[in-house]
Amino acid sequence: MLYREVGQYHTNYRADMRIFPILQDRIGILVILAIAFLGVPLIGGSFFLDVVATPFLIYALAAIGLNLLTGYTGLLSLGTGGFMGIGAYTCYKLTTWFPGVDIVVWILAGGLAAAAVGALFGLPSLRIKGFYLLVATLAAQFFLQWAFERIPWLYNNNISGTIEVPTRTLFGLPITGATATPVTRYEVALCIVVALTWLASNLVHGRIGRSWMAVRDMDIAAELIGIKLLPTKLLSFAISSYLCGVAGAMLVFLWYGSAEPTVFSIDLSFTILFMVIIGGLGSLLGAFLGAALIHVLPIVLRGVPPALGLNIASSTVEHLNLMIVGALIILFLVAEPFGLARLWQTGKQKLRVWPFPY
Amino acid sequence: MHLLYLILVDPFVQMGTAPDLLAQTLWEGLVSGVLYALIALGFVLIYKASGVFNFAQGIMVVFSALTLVGLYAAGVPALLALALTAAVMFVLAVGIERLVLRPLVNRPDIILFMATFGLTYLLIGIGELIFGGDTKQMIAKQLYLPSGAIDLPMLGGVVRLQKLDIAAAIIASVLVAALTVVFQYTRIGRAFRAVADSHRAALSVGISLNQIWIIVWFAAGIVALATGIMWGARSEVSFALEVVALKALPVLILGGFTSIPGAIVGGLIIGLSEKLFELYWGPLMGGGTESWFAYVIALIVLLFRPHGLFGEVIIERI
Repeated sequence: MLYREVGQYHTNYRADMRIFPILQDRIGILVILAIAFLGVPLIGGSFFLDVVATPFLIYALAAIGLNLLTGYTGLLSLGTGGFMGIGAYTCYKLTTWFPGVDIVVWILAGGLAAAAVGALFGLPSLRIKGFYLLVATLAAQFFLQWAFERIPWLYNNNISGTIEVPTRTLFGLPITGATATPVTRYEVALCIVVALTWLASNLVHGRIGRSWMAVRDMDIAAELIGIKLLPTKLLSFAISSYLCGVAGAMLVFLWYGSAEPTVFSIDLSFTILFMVIIGGLGSLLGAFLGAALIHVLPIVLRGVPPALGLNIASSTVEHLNLMIVGALIILFLVAEPFGLARLWQTGKQKLRVWPFPY
Repeated sequence: MHLLYLILVDPFVQMGTAPDLLAQTLWEGLVSGVLYALIALGFVLIYKASGVFNFAQGIMVVFSALTLVGLYAAGVPALLALALTAAVMFVLAVGIERLVLRPLVNRPDIILFMATFGLTYLLIGIGELIFGGDTKQMIAKQLYLPSGAIDLPMLGGVVRLQKLDIAAAIIASVLVAALTVVFQYTRIGRAFRAVADSHRAALSVGISLNQIWIIVWFAAGIVALATGIMWGARSEVSFALEVVALKALPVLILGGFTSIPGAIVGGLIIGLSEKLFELYWGPLMGGGTESWFAYVIALIVLLFRPHGLFGEVIIERI
């Protein structure tokens, strides 16, 4: 009763196929976008933007990338950290060579290199799947992390072995480097994430997304109805790695400011995978919800006990965080394998039929 | 041309001129291979019985070692602490069976696999919360493990064999022999093999799956404990082992997921080859190749022989 689509008739296929067929949803998404673009920068302080909002967007983008691969195509990957690193290092090299070109272009271009590498390491997926494929992606992860550490060319022979983000401007406004304000970096990140989410959403709702899901649900049947497995899987690897690569470039350029190779370790791969699992496999909304939960949980854990007057050591908080995340993963897999996204849908359905049970 | 010489000829010249170094490297490779093999053994046990690829095996190794050291530090005598740790591993096995395996029965493998990621983080969190995140010394002496080294003069040099490593190799062989005997000749072992063959058929002849799972996870826990003691005595007890434990994956690929001898042979091959590659070819690439070399071997094996050296050939179109 709170949420009804009664009287909203679709008179053509176009209207029926749109992503938000219900008027309330369309209004909802516009309100969310308005809050994200205007409300958050106006209300949130620079601490909120830097610690919560921008990282959340970046993680969400990476989670969308992995979700395309794991949730939609059914290929498990632990190489996300490595692919994100490729994006970051490519962006860094490109902006070193061509400082005049807009940094956003290079952030987006960094993803292309990640896509190429991702497709390369995705090649074994023609012959193997499941755990076996996981080992192939682990090979990518460990090899790439080794390359970031041992090839000085990648970080311009810095003695520290880190990449330092130079100041780059867009229309005279610094958007990366030390002089960029949190608001600018947040808005740039938001624009990129919204654009790429829109792209990903169109992909998964179209022919490509359907062929991915067919491969996920039953690869032999997919092949029988005429889906070529290798191009489909490789495309999934490439696009997934593209989004991860862009997220990796954003991670360094819009959030960290400088990065060591250890940033792109296997722990990052796990973090992103957990966001996908908890948020919901095969759901773009889930990527955002999962990223929000996993990223915000430690911040809340750190902030709440002192506010309540409890004094908990910071190491204890870290351990509690690990335990809660681990327990949540098992809990979600047991109770709700489609994650937060499914909980959200259930909630929406309840609102729609309220006060009746169904 | 020079590069080709460096890659193809020079390493072998080095091997020929310093055979004692080669022998020492071979020995160290074998020893680290034994430890990989022990971790892989725990994987294989669980994989055969429940079809679960237990990612948490590596953390079970750390967890058991931490429990042992922590109990000893709390004033429990060493051998009693060992028994108590075994009891803890049993409780853990029961807990995992009740809280993870039973609710997830009949779900896709990949879901169970991801549940063991959760288990890994849960165990890291619990372990660090109780015992602290800092590294600890294994109580090797109190458990009557030998220390010191034997220097073997051979090949015009001296090869140093740590007594501890010899003990590790012996314990690993005893474990493998014991497991083989149990699986081949005992009632439990037969039930275990039946479950590995087909869950449903095993259920229909009255084998309790839940019981078998508890036993298998407990056995894997004991293997983890043995691994933890050995590993801890060689270096120290810390959560850094988590990354090392991932090496069990390439070991399994090489040996085959379902074969206990495969885990051992695979572990030895991986241990040997990564040590040799690091010593002779590593400097050409800037060193540190041990972090990824095992995975590259696994990739190559996957391309040509996806079922590994000893695994069952599963014919499946992908």
